[in-house]
Amino acid sequence: MAIVSRGFKGRGRSSDPELPPGQYLVTDFPVLSAGPTPRVDLRRWQLRLTTETGDTQSWDWPALLALPREDITVDLHCVTKWSKLGTRWTGISLDTLLDGVTTTAGFALVGSYGGYTTNLPLADLRDGQAWIAFSYDGEELDPEHGGPARLLVPHLYLWKSAKWVNEIRLQEHDTPGFWESVGYHNYGDPWQEQRYWGD
Amino acid sequence: MTWRVATVVAVRPENARAVTIVLDVPGWPGHLAGQHVDVRLTAEDGYQAQRSYSIASAPDGGRVELTVVEVEDGEVSEYLTTVVAAGDQLEVRGPVGGWFVWRPDAPGPFRPVMLVAGGSGLVPLMAMIRTRAESAAKVPFRLVYSVRDPGSLLYREELDRLSRKDGGLHVTFAFTRTAPPGSAWRTGRITARLLAEAGWPSVDEPDVFVCGPTGFVESAANLLVDLGHDPQRIRTERFGSPGGRP
Amino acid sequence: MTQSRLDGNALAGNLSEIFRVDITAAFGQCTHCKNGGPVAETWVFASEAGMVARCPVCAEVVLRLVRDTGRAWLDLSGLDCLQIAIPDDPQPA
Repeated sequence: MAIVSRGFKGRGRSSDPELPPGQYLVTDFPVLSAGPTPRVDLRRWQLRLTTETGDTQSWDWPALLALPREDITVDLHCVTKWSKLGTRWTGISLDTLLDGVTTTAGFALVGSYGGYTTNLPLADLRDGQAWIAFSYDGEELDPEHGGPARLLVPHLYLWKSAKWVNEIRLQEHDTPGFWESVGYHNYGDPWQEQRYWGD
Repeated sequence: MTWRVATVVAVRPENARAVTIVLDVPGWPGHLAGQHVDVRLTAEDGYQAQRSYSIASAPDGGRVELTVVEVEDGEVSEYLTTVVAAGDQLEVRGPVGGWFVWRPDAPGPFRPVMLVAGGSGLVPLMAMIRTRAESAAKVPFRLVYSVRDPGSLLYREELDRLSRKDGGLHVTFAFTRTAPPGSAWRTGRITARLLAEAGWPSVDEPDVFVCGPTGFVESAANLLVDLGHDPQRIRTERFGSPGGRP
Repeated sequence: MTQSRLDGNALAGNLSEIFRVDITAAFGQCTHCKNGGPVAETWVFASEAGMVARCPVCAEVVLRLVRDTGRAWLDLSGLDCLQIAIPDDPQPA
């Protein structure tokens, strides 16, 4: 049983019954990372979408920005317990990118510049649940927060919203990504508090 | 290694933004100069925060001193530098760290010691200086201590006193922003020339310890290698952000 | 607010919960580039999410540590092996 240190409160937190279990609200936007921040040249930036048969589609930066974009406001929930509500992003819906893609795959492995990966069911990328986001709070997405572009899947814990996204690989079999292979829950639903294996 | 309850015996200001917290830790196993502890704070609602702090003191039974510099927006450093008082309790885990340590009785050939500190990176090096002051063998030490301005100095009087005491500790202050008025102190970032003049020549093959923010440590370590110091005799400890570990 | 890069010294506390001897002073060889050095000199990216140590030569991951209440996960697959100094216990009287 940890002892309480008199007068220690921590800062910038409050509980809210609207939050998923175990979360607290923050007013800043913490940066957590597993490696150095990649610096990506927009002239060479590319997003590749590969199906289980090896069919590949790719977009360079101008091609991505030419796609129909959406402004969205979503809540973010990090596995480290902070939540940030009402965050504003602009991005391309995965439904747009997947439009016309023929696949029977049930899973996706998402990859990033710098080598980060995360996995999720393909169904969680569809139906207005996921975006390739390139603008946050009306500004260009900062590299520290995943710019030039990141995946955004707000209904899952934020580690699934891969920063510096550059690849989506559709697979018939599920492959655990970077954190999922070292203790994090394979699915990560904040409302079920699925933080770690077996939760 | 488990968490121990530590009781604050005293809090001493070191400068406008830093304090030394004197802790009494029952069962403390002793420590080596350069080691650190993890400090854990628990709030009444169960919220916990944990940070690492270098031990500032030489071994002294169950007494452990930590010097904490206030970090901007740091919820732990703010608590430790402005709220904590004698009688309060916190949890510590340690001592930990077996690499960045100096042993006064280490076997092997005689080697002088060179210490290079950036800001709060002086703290673990001060443990080495204090341990040396209490040891029988007086290995010669040279310290290069880089800080922003005189107001950021830690342990100024003690460093002056110890360097006058036996002539075996030589201290050079380097101010990166503002030197004391009318002084001959150097101003500006650490340079190879400063390290060469204020430190041991590489032919003396000193053991070198460099501590401070990551950028400072890597810059200083590169300069030392350029001066001919063997990388295998340079030990480093990086504090992520100015003022301490995150 | 940018997270800072630390070094392997920052692993010492959490690894002390798992290993009886200090591992940060141990020498490891990177699986990817085969360069070696003390764990204390690895690049460490640490937050409440977990600790990731990377080879200071090639930047590939050599160690990962995640901590939940009551359990931890440790992945050392980025290290070929560790050479660990183990102090001899004093002989009983």
